[in-house]
Amino acid sequence: MLNPESSDNQILVISEVSKIYGPIKALQQVTFSVKSGEWLAIMGPSGSGKTTLMNIIGCLDSPSSGQVLLDGLGLDSLSSSELTAIRRESIGLIFQQFHLVSYLTALENVMVAQYYHSLVDEKEALEALENVGLGDRAKHLPRQLSGGEQQRVCIARALINHPKLLLADEPTGNLDETNEALVMDILHSLHARGSTIIVVTHALEVAAHAERTLVLEHGRVASDLKNPARQAHQ
Amino acid sequence: MLSNRSFALRMVLWSLLRRRSRLLVALTGVTIGATVLLGLVSLCYDIPKQLSREFRSYGANLVLVKDQVGGRLSHEDLEAARKALPAERLVGLTPFRYEPVRNNMLPYTAVGTYFDDVKLTSPYWLVTGAYPAEPGQILLGAEVAEATKLQSGQRMTIEGRNTSQERYSKDFTITGTVSTGGVEDAFIYLSLSDMEEMTREPGLIDLVEASLTSEGTSLSHLADLVRNSVPDLEPRLVTRVTRSEETVLTKLTWLVYLVTVVVLTLTMICVTTTMMTVVMERRKEIGLKKALGAENKKVAREFLTEGLMLGILGGLVGSLTGFIFARLVSYSVFGRGLNPEFHLVPITVLVSALVTVIASLWPVKKAMEVEPGLVLKGE
Ligand SMILES: Nc1ncnc2c1ncn2[C@@H]1O[C@H](COP(=O)(O)OP(=O)(O)O)[C@@H](O)[C@H]1O
Ligand SMILES: [Mg+2]
Repeated sequence: MLNPESSDNQILVISEVSKIYGPIKALQQVTFSVKSGEWLAIMGPSGSGKTTLMNIIGCLDSPSSGQVLLDGLGLDSLSSSELTAIRRESIGLIFQQFHLVSYLTALENVMVAQYYHSLVDEKEALEALENVGLGDRAKHLPRQLSGGEQQRVCIARALINHPKLLLADEPTGNLDETNEALVMDILHSLHARGSTIIVVTHALEVAAHAERTLVLEHGRVASDLKNPARQAHQ
Repeated sequence: MLSNRSFALRMVLWSLLRRRSRLLVALTGVTIGATVLLGLVSLCYDIPKQLSREFRSYGANLVLVKDQVGGRLSHEDLEAARKALPAERLVGLTPFRYEPVRNNMLPYTAVGTYFDDVKLTSPYWLVTGAYPAEPGQILLGAEVAEATKLQSGQRMTIEGRNTSQERYSKDFTITGTVSTGGVEDAFIYLSLSDMEEMTREPGLIDLVEASLTSEGTSLSHLADLVRNSVPDLEPRLVTRVTRSEETVLTKLTWLVYLVTVVVLTLTMICVTTTMMTVVMERRKEIGLKKALGAENKKVAREFLTEGLMLGILGGLVGSLTGFIFARLVSYSVFGRGLNPEFHLVPITVLVSALVTVIASLWPVKKAMEVEPGLVLKGE
């Protein structure tokens, strides 16, 4: 069911989405849409509902009310196994805490995503690591990698199945400036190749990389503006 | 190229091998369970054998007599019975011949037997002095010794009539007295060959006592063997002995079964708790895998495979330690080791794998309930 107003390049349409946890209204009547190939930053103070929104967009959770259209497909009527399939096929996730499997090497961590998606392919996984500059770290365990390196493994894993939508919740929250710059570089090159990216951040300088910034306050959209301060990249 | 199946196996193996301390905790639980299981079942196999040997010190459990009243057995009957009984079960086979005799005009019963065999079938005889070792020697029952006021080293004349009513009389040297608190106290014992020579009537036996261990086929089955291969012979079970033996063994076997069930249950609880901890510790990992789009059944399969491997490994290690445990128990209780029952190893591994997998079911169900959304929450 397609939104008639949105043109066919809308990859994500959120309309009047609310999420209620008992007495807490984590999201209230949130409405916005994201074009294919767009880079959106979501900002807001702690507790404003950013993660809750990401969970809903990423098919990790369902809204209490409202509608989510992902690439034209309504998510509200889907069973949890159908949501799992969409996560597998369409979503790439990047986490603040990286969430690498501690007992698997960098390469194996990328292959895990292949394994749950379709078929493992060691060569392709290694290429993905090389693309984030970790070709020589493939056989290292997460604890043998720095935070920045772990985040790049996480990005390689998120990209391995060519997701329609890349979701990053505070991707640089645990990184120093050097590694933050490295990660933003990778996001820029992905954006240049047409990836749709949604980044949650509380850091203005991270949001500044995006084309557009959506600000949440108390679960409501407080502002949704094209990014005037967008830094020209390179 | 690496297949999905071998990648899944690799993942499970690394999860066990690279998280070694966790593996050890879980493995210890499974191993202890398997140890006690194999140990107890080994003892279950062995205790009846061991105790059955112990029970043989309470005397014969099978008596052979002629099936017509007053009939007497021959030496051929004795040898035929010995052949009919399985040698490895036969502790001893002792013939007895009873004759009414007199000493100083007073009546007694003289019993001819083989003392070497008596020592095997009636190890409970309390002999003061010595058993007769040479011809012309006798052993007095305690009551006879008291009545006649005769002692070891003194001589005693025994008189009587054989079945042809011919008189006989012979002098014997007393070597000692026997006291059992039973009928033996009233008898005069001499060797069967002395009795045959004294009565001039060889080849007569009133009854034969057999002492048989009770491992394997039942005593009544052995009695049937004798009955079928030696005509006119009537084997009788000494129920006073066999019943108490059976009762004790049955009770003991049930006790061991009971303990085994309790141990299995405890192992199951222990493994469930361990697996539950494992699942709790790895909620993030489970959430992540689900967030990556893993189907529940794939994640469940990984955990169950881990459980299965723990079970197999614990079963193998436990088989070894369990055997050592059983051997130690056997040494300290019965004073002799026990032979490994190798066919118990695959059974132990199987049971251990089964118990671990069953014990993992509930934790794995819990793992399936983990919300994938938790990976984004900063817990
Ligand atoms: N599972 C939950 N149960 C109850 N309350 C929740 C849950 N998840 C989030 N919340 C609440 O919803 C609000 C928004 O949370 P969240 O989306 O994590 O905010 P942010 O990521 O912007 O810091 C907070 O008040 C939080 O306490
Ligand atoms: Mg958050």
